[in-house]
Amino acid sequence: MKQLLRLRVNGETREVAFETSKTLLEVLREDLGLNGTKHGCELGECGTCAVLVNGEPVLSCLMLGVEAENAEIVTVEGMTQNGKPHRLQKAFADLGAAQCGYCIPGILLTAKALLDENPHPTREEIRQALSGNLCRCTGYTKILQAVELAAKEIA
Amino acid sequence: MTRKKTLSVIGKPLRKVDAMAKCAGETVYADDLNLPRMIYAKLLRSPHPHARVLGVNAARALTLDGVCAVITGQDLPEKFGIMPSTEDEEALAVDKVRYAGDPVAAVAAISESLAEQALGYIDVEYEVLKPILSIEEALASTEESQRIHTWNRRANVQKAVSLEFGDIEGGFARSDHIFEGTFFYQGNTHLPMEQYCAVGFYGPDDKLTLWSSTQTPHYLHRALAKVLKLPASRIRVIATPVGGGFGGKSDPFSHEICAAKLSMITRRPVKFTLSREECFYVHRGRHPVKMWAKTGVKSDGTIQAMQYKTFLDGGGYSSYGLASVYYTGALQTVTYKVPAYKFEGVRVFTNKPPCGPKRGHGTPQPRFAEEIQMDEIAEKLGIDPLDLRLKQLVEANSVTINGLQISSCGLRECIEKVAERAEWKKKFRKLPFGHGIGFAASAYITGAGLPIYRNDMPHSGVQIKLDRSGGVTVFCGSTDIGQGSDSILVYAIAEEFGIDPVDIRVVTADTDLTPVDLGSYSSRVTIMTGNAAIQACGKLKLMLLEAASEALEVPADDLEFAEGQVRSASLPQRGIGFAECVVKAEGKHGTLGATGSYWPPKNPREFKGSGVGPTPAYTFSTAIVELHCDGETGEIKIDKVWIAHDCGRAFNPLLVEGQTEGSVYMALGEALMEEQIFRKNGLHKIPSILEYKSPTTLETPEIETILVETIDPEGPYGAKEAGQGPLLPVVPAVSNAVYDAIGVRIHEVPITPDKILRALEGRLKAVSIPKFDFPAPLKWQPGQGVQVEQKS
Ligand code: FES
Ligand code: FES
Repeated sequence: MKQLLRLRVNGETREVAFETSKTLLEVLREDLGLNGTKHGCELGECGTCAVLVNGEPVLSCLMLGVEAENAEIVTVEGMTQNGKPHRLQKAFADLGAAQCGYCIPGILLTAKALLDENPHPTREEIRQALSGNLCRCTGYTKILQAVELAAKEIA
Repeated sequence: MTRKKTLSVIGKPLRKVDAMAKCAGETVYADDLNLPRMIYAKLLRSPHPHARVLGVNAARALTLDGVCAVITGQDLPEKFGIMPSTEDEEALAVDKVRYAGDPVAAVAAISESLAEQALGYIDVEYEVLKPILSIEEALASTEESQRIHTWNRRANVQKAVSLEFGDIEGGFARSDHIFEGTFFYQGNTHLPMEQYCAVGFYGPDDKLTLWSSTQTPHYLHRALAKVLKLPASRIRVIATPVGGGFGGKSDPFSHEICAAKLSMITRRPVKFTLSREECFYVHRGRHPVKMWAKTGVKSDGTIQAMQYKTFLDGGGYSSYGLASVYYTGALQTVTYKVPAYKFEGVRVFTNKPPCGPKRGHGTPQPRFAEEIQMDEIAEKLGIDPLDLRLKQLVEANSVTINGLQISSCGLRECIEKVAERAEWKKKFRKLPFGHGIGFAASAYITGAGLPIYRNDMPHSGVQIKLDRSGGVTVFCGSTDIGQGSDSILVYAIAEEFGIDPVDIRVVTADTDLTPVDLGSYSSRVTIMTGNAAIQACGKLKLMLLEAASEALEVPADDLEFAEGQVRSASLPQRGIGFAECVVKAEGKHGTLGATGSYWPPKNPREFKGSGVGPTPAYTFSTAIVELHCDGETGEIKIDKVWIAHDCGRAFNPLLVEGQTEGSVYMALGEALMEEQIFRKNGLHKIPSILEYKSPTTLETPEIETILVETIDPEGPYGAKEAGQGPLLPVVPAVSNAVYDAIGVRIHEVPITPDKILRALEGRLKAVSIPKFDFPAPLKWQPGQGVQVEQKS
């Protein structure tokens, strides 16, 4: 059965009707056209589908769309504000931290949650924060460096 | 023509052209495509590893409301496969399944869940056959009735090869010491984060478009034409940006062919997205290989002869296996001088998902054996392992015993630099128990010298169009799988024209729009597309120079392309803007466009098997791994990896470092934890990301990359590969470091805590080597590839 729900996504209120059994991942991609959120397993094992729900990284493949009602959802599309990319996005681009790029939306959002809470994390803290996000391309080196670079820009 | 002396784009740490799109979530991968009226498809896969398919009945599935079409093997009987001489795959099994997961039927329905549900309504009658699940079983199953395939000569042997170069017996006879060892390199899979996905649409114009997450759109184009029996001219293949490939998306696949076929039937766009579990079965990853290696040396450690036997567990189909088996013997000779060399290799069929090319294709396994054996030789002879290598390195501009032409070679520098950075001399054999350091070196190809199918056409084509605005558009069949091949084209052209990379648009990987490039495999893209692009630029520059020379009244040979201008080199204030120059040249010559092509140099030493190994340029890598190994638990913690890579020229150092770091990471996964393993019933033991362990940020150590530039004469601006070679030395370096740490040799990967403990207790058995009668060797004179004797 479809249900009409009101979701807050990237600072906008969106009314959308969807099957209540749908995951947030599916609602974002299929019903809201927000394809920036990717998936690598749909079983909660890879971190690719991470989005922010009330500022916390959440695996959108494990959360039902209906559970996200009334929450503030941020996807990678919402990281660019007023046409300006987030400093993490710039740092990732500048250091070549996105190779195939497929894991990057989930990693950017997880890193954003980290920096929002801890603006100057140590490398070990970054490793811990990103340990649930697999990347098969980069060896994580440039990803860790990019998070550090973005953190440097925070006053 | 003048060439600028300083480079303004090449060698700079620029952003990739698609970097911001990827970081903004704007890149459209295959599964992000949503077309009007699109329907969704699923494959029904065999639960049995080996069975005859007696009948498939889809009638019940077709009655479900919302099911649009069902196809079975009868709809697509034509065989295909990446190598033309071993086409043994069917899109859907016609009369036999050869691994658990082999597709037998495909359903398209209005939703993915309905398609999935409909699979349960397809009735398949199987006659279950005894599966063959190991190399030994395959070699023992010689009866006709035990065959997995019928086309191959010897039952369950896909390919057996035997090559001999130089005086192998004399070499061993001259040796003061002979080292023999057996090794096992377990299979593992690519695990790209993007699941396989394809969308097919057969349009009202009777033309087929297939979008796919593929590394090889050109080969897929050919396979589709063959299996669908459509003229290739009516098929368009578009490779969407690939979310990680590593070799796993280089074969034509069932889901791609079925997406097309189902669309031909329904006339609607059809999408397949494979589940993660399916990806583990599609596989085409690293072959499990058993190896026997023998090296004869003088007492000073110089190699007199080297001999290898390799046994590859190929899985259910040939895939790239013909090349894979040769690759397990081709490159052992490309690091140290080997005066006599013999190689025997066999790839067998087993009832498991087919293996294929994974980063390093067939070469990490023998390199693992070779570098451990070198470490053992050094240990026995009391020579530092680096010194042992340094005294017998291959040299630039030389030919190996098996006829491979080396152009540039930075191996010595790679060894010296990595040793210096890691403080090798201070640490080797000097660290306390449980703390160790290990070294290994390797070589790899920059693009295969031959295409997959024999033809005389270029391996890479580039077309460039100049616009009156000063904008440049480049068209090329190359496929960006994250390595940055789109950016490489842009950097090369920006450098040639002296313009800002932002003014260049790239159109790639679309068989309708772009000239053929053979694909993103064998580390071929930078060298081949780069050279083709430079050639196309050269043609356009002649026209631009003529126009500029006239307009500026400066002789063409004093003109240069720099800083967005075509200007006098001696009087730089005399110049015109690039856009203005284009306008003048178009006025003079008409519409401005040009093509460029690249063929690898012809291999002058042709013999059977010589197709695998030659390349325009070899790269060299060295690695030092420092680790801790707990003698109580067997756990290994990698402290740091230093990696030096001779990349020719770092086209963009950020990208080269990124490829190198990614290679090290992937190597560590193979060395320590990753394995494709199967149950007795042929099912994958661990087909999920949770169970198939791969390194996270916590297991991946600090990686220090050292780029060595040798400016290869064949490379564009001197560049060679970076995407695969750096994986090779890391795996044996881990094993050598374990020995330094705790004094046990591990000849197997993955090096798990369990193996460490068994080794410490003296219970780790040597790897057993199967018995097999290899064909009599084809014998060749040193370095020349001239046949001296041939028995059939
Ligand atoms: S898709 Fe892998 S965790 Fe959600
Ligand atoms: S960039 Fe490819 S998976 Fe991370």
